[in-house]
Amino acid sequence: MSSLAAERQPRLASQAAAETTGGTGIAVNLRGITKTFGEVHALKDATLSVHRGELMTLLGPSGCGKSTLLNLIAGFLTPDRGELEIDGHRVNDTPPYKREIGMVFQNYALFPHMSAADNVGYGLRMRRLAKHEVARRVADALALVRLSGIENRRPHQLSGGQQQRVALARALVISPKVLLLDEPLSALDRSLRASMQVEIKEIQHQLGVTTIFVTHDQSEALSLSDRIAVMFDGQIRQIGTPAEIYRRPSDRCVASFVGDVNVLRARLGSIDETTATISLGAQIIPVAMGPLAGSKPGDPADLFVRPEQLRLSGTGEPGAAQGTVSTHIYQGGHVDLYVRSPVAVGGRLLVRSPEPDAITRWPIGAVVGVTVSGADAMAFPPQDDKP
Amino acid sequence: MSRSRQRAFNIAGTLVVLAILGFVLLPAFVVTLAAFNDKAILAFPPQAWSWRWFAKALAYADFRSGFGNGLIVTGWASSIALLVGGAFAFALDRYAFALKRTIEAILLSSLIVPHFTIGLGFLILAAQIGLARGFAVVVVCHVVLVLPFVLKSVYVSLRNLDRRLELAAAGLGASPSRVLITVTLPLLLPGLAGGWLLAAILSFNEFTASLFVTAQRTQTLPVAMYNYVREYADPSLAALSVIYIAATAALLIVANAYLGLGKLLNVEPRR
Repeated sequence: MSSLAAERQPRLASQAAAETTGGTGIAVNLRGITKTFGEVHALKDATLSVHRGELMTLLGPSGCGKSTLLNLIAGFLTPDRGELEIDGHRVNDTPPYKREIGMVFQNYALFPHMSAADNVGYGLRMRRLAKHEVARRVADALALVRLSGIENRRPHQLSGGQQQRVALARALVISPKVLLLDEPLSALDRSLRASMQVEIKEIQHQLGVTTIFVTHDQSEALSLSDRIAVMFDGQIRQIGTPAEIYRRPSDRCVASFVGDVNVLRARLGSIDETTATISLGAQIIPVAMGPLAGSKPGDPADLFVRPEQLRLSGTGEPGAAQGTVSTHIYQGGHVDLYVRSPVAVGGRLLVRSPEPDAITRWPIGAVVGVTVSGADAMAFPPQDDKP
Repeated sequence: MSRSRQRAFNIAGTLVVLAILGFVLLPAFVVTLAAFNDKAILAFPPQAWSWRWFAKALAYADFRSGFGNGLIVTGWASSIALLVGGAFAFALDRYAFALKRTIEAILLSSLIVPHFTIGLGFLILAAQIGLARGFAVVVVCHVVLVLPFVLKSVYVSLRNLDRRLELAAAGLGASPSRVLITVTLPLLLPGLAGGWLLAAILSFNEFTASLFVTAQRTQTLPVAMYNYVREYADPSLAALSVIYIAATAALLIVANAYLGLGKLLNVEPRR
């Protein structure tokens, strides 16, 4: 592990030098990338800059174009239009084997006819390194992913978690300019997935390798990423830190996809340049004006509120809405309460309470008031179909 | 349905299956017993037992030369078919080109054209261009006959190959030719070996077309056996059949040990 980390140092130093001599801190730069498969527009005008050493997640539902984007960066696909740069060089026409990328596939794609060690050493052998050098770096890489002692096993003799580590070691051992991870954790069970998330983040931070991570799992994206690019229908809808994406989603698709959210039917109150107010029941709730551009006071609007920003109160207290508790779900650290309310799109509100006694305080059937607390409510123009 | 009727059906079903299995094995069983007949007639069941027809079959000159000729023809024909069929299978799997289906149909056509037609065709052709009836004609004829089987075998292997393995290799810095050598070919090996083995067994057994295109100097074992049985009716042929079955079985056992029969025949799902 020491040598892998050490080998990063000269590169990082040279990168720093490049930055001072007019280079940029951008490792991967995509400008106006468009890709169609027959009639299907897989990517529409995608523009994205990934900083050196950053962990960027491409997040979106299946079919949103995130894997296409990853395959374009790897060179397995070529864009119809647009520019693709790695380390400041245009690579549109560079074949994958000259791009110096490390990729971990969803099914790991380990070579079944090679041992774990030979899998990890494959990229080094292709670079014609001396045998002892290959052996040394393979041992370091396996130690880095905490997987020593299985060198001679074939992939089918390894557990899913071990295969995943071999795939990660194989991608990292070549000191790639960019590490590409295509839903690498989706095949693992829940507890293993959580520990691998931590491990990937630690290794990524330790090596400082620029990483692009593809996932459809929003909680994985929130917990792993430095920044997230949320994609829908072949378009990048929003790029930002996990907190920005969660607290200030750019549109209702992003708001609904990232984290749990309640949608309440409301009307616009006052409007000025940057903020608007929503009146809901007895509450006046300030929201950002941005997504509401073009709306007038009195227009209908949908208020998006995270479940942890709703509070329950006894009836009679002035609140945003009233409803009836229909279900409790005990989650260990918190309690999820579902409240039937006509104001909610879908007829139910999700209220997340950190108090363990919420179940006894608000029994099923209790009539409750719901209050919006906190400053992170958002409003978007209504749409006909459900969000 | 009552329990007793259910049981009757079960017993009847078992008997039908056993009868079918019996009929499949019956010819080999009859021939094996006939081979040990001490008398110089092909009869079943034998009255007295002997190994002498085995000795005679192994010593008979035409069988010996037929065996040698068969190995030459089979070796060349199945190897050439593997190269040609493998290349076509690769092209059919990987590339889109004009007349793809037509070309595939032509390559597979020897499955529906009778063997005697193919043999006769090559015989006429060889006579027309003044080609002596040497090994070349026999080998080319056999290549045409076994090509569909090799093509299918390699094609199925290519279909089962996870293309992401090739992408992974390319991503790790392997040029297209090194991807082929280090990943594609090793993973196709069972399919290639299976295709070759199937072609070899078919070619070595082939009789109908071989009858037309072989000469005395190039006659293969089945042709030599046919010529023998036209003149003699002693159990030498039966003895040869037993040797034949044993040798083929041994070959398959070895192939199975090294490559796995399931993989050879492409019946096992690949990991």
